[in-house]
Amino acid sequence: MAKFIEKLGTVDRRVIFLLMALAVILPLAFRMNLPIPIEEGPSKDLYDAIEALPPGSRVLLSFDYDPSTMPELQPMAVALAQHLMTKDIKIVSMALWPMGVSLGNEALTMVGDSLGREEYVDWVNLGYKTGGGVLIVRMGSNIQTVFPNDYDGNPIADMPVMEGVNKLGDFDMIISLSAGDPGIPAWVMMAGDRFNIPIGGGCTAVSAPQFYPYLGTGQMVGLLGGLKGAADYETMVRLEEDDAAPGTATPGMAAQSVAHLVIMLFIIIGNIAYLSTKQKKGGLR
Amino acid sequence: MRLAIPLTITFVAGMIMILQFFVPATQSLGESLQEWYMIVASFAIFLGAMNLITVHVHKIRFRAKNWKYSPVTIAGFAAMVLTGLFMGIETGRPFDFMFTTMMVPMGATMFSLLAFFVASAAFRAFRASNWRATLLLASAFIVMLGRVPIGSMIWNRIPLVSEWIMQVPNLAGQRAVMIGAAMGMVATSLRMIFGIERSYLGGTD
Repeated sequence: MAKFIEKLGTVDRRVIFLLMALAVILPLAFRMNLPIPIEEGPSKDLYDAIEALPPGSRVLLSFDYDPSTMPELQPMAVALAQHLMTKDIKIVSMALWPMGVSLGNEALTMVGDSLGREEYVDWVNLGYKTGGGVLIVRMGSNIQTVFPNDYDGNPIADMPVMEGVNKLGDFDMIISLSAGDPGIPAWVMMAGDRFNIPIGGGCTAVSAPQFYPYLGTGQMVGLLGGLKGAADYETMVRLEEDDAAPGTATPGMAAQSVAHLVIMLFIIIGNIAYLSTKQKKGGLR
Repeated sequence: MRLAIPLTITFVAGMIMILQFFVPATQSLGESLQEWYMIVASFAIFLGAMNLITVHVHKIRFRAKNWKYSPVTIAGFAAMVLTGLFMGIETGRPFDFMFTTMMVPMGATMFSLLAFFVASAAFRAFRASNWRATLLLASAFIVMLGRVPIGSMIWNRIPLVSEWIMQVPNLAGQRAVMIGAAMGMVATSLRMIFGIERSYLGGTD
């Protein structure tokens, strides 16, 4: 028995990889669905903050990520766009990451088309500009000097969606979907704190813990953390809108549940083997 | 002279960026500097592209280790740049097609591989070797369960405990790190503005 336990501690990593692959693939293949309980927390706070905005408000949505973090952040983009457009809130989008522009455009076009919202009237994509935090500060005094044209090269001054929007302070909220730097910290420090604009955000699960101080101080109104945040938001939007398009985060949560259980199982096995070896060597007291 | 000029530029630029918050007359100067920064940062992209080409051409020429990947990199780079420049980047164009059907899935795949390495690393390294490691292990289990629906199916209070760990001990630790890092950033910035810290100039003196 002791030998078997010791052997468990030296399992080939290919076995771990295979079991992980199965843990992810099987729940998705068999469309395993688990209920997503909506608790009080940062996801609900963001939803409530958007719910409190009156129709016609203007929200800046910044797509600060790239394809590598898309599985976690793109479902958030879709769910947020769905919520904002359903509430008749105008969306001005941009990106601090070059590849975020196309991903944002994809989400906004898809949701906009499904809800019959018009580009330039209900939403616009300003595109990408380099500069990070400095870019945000410049937008604080004048957006048109930084983005004279949108992503497609049309002058933003003539667009109905930009009516009354000249600087960052004219937005009712800024939401950054962030995979790193520049991202949420830049928006909080350069826009939220300097121009007193409510900041919401979405980020990968690994980076969520570092943004909790901003939630604690009220510098952020809410936060979607990882796939769970996206699934929470999808569920809340679907509770309000029955005909909302099904998201990709909610089915992903079943796969993530099983994957977490598999990782925990391996940690337990590894520790049993470790303690057994230690006891054999007389190290455990 | 080679040292005095960059140090003077750093001092003047740094002082203007600080003074603009206190002296309204320097505000427009600060804004000009911000615009310069954005222009310089844009040029950094060209510099990066040039560097990429130089490194990979060098690898091919000298048959360096794994040089066979370099032609693929250069070909991919050229394909994206040329289609983007000459055929546009709008939806439906070849650039957009390559981005959506190649870049996006490949990027997502690379990040997804992390799950396998995390599982393998956790199995080999996450040991309850002392009470602190055990505490960390217990917290990790609670947070991992609290972040997935199966956690609340096991016990409906797990998400609440998980959220408490994030809101209290995690927040306290993160805040300490942030304040420490911010203090360090202020100190380093002042050292650079006053010419004490010179490592950014590339030399040792």
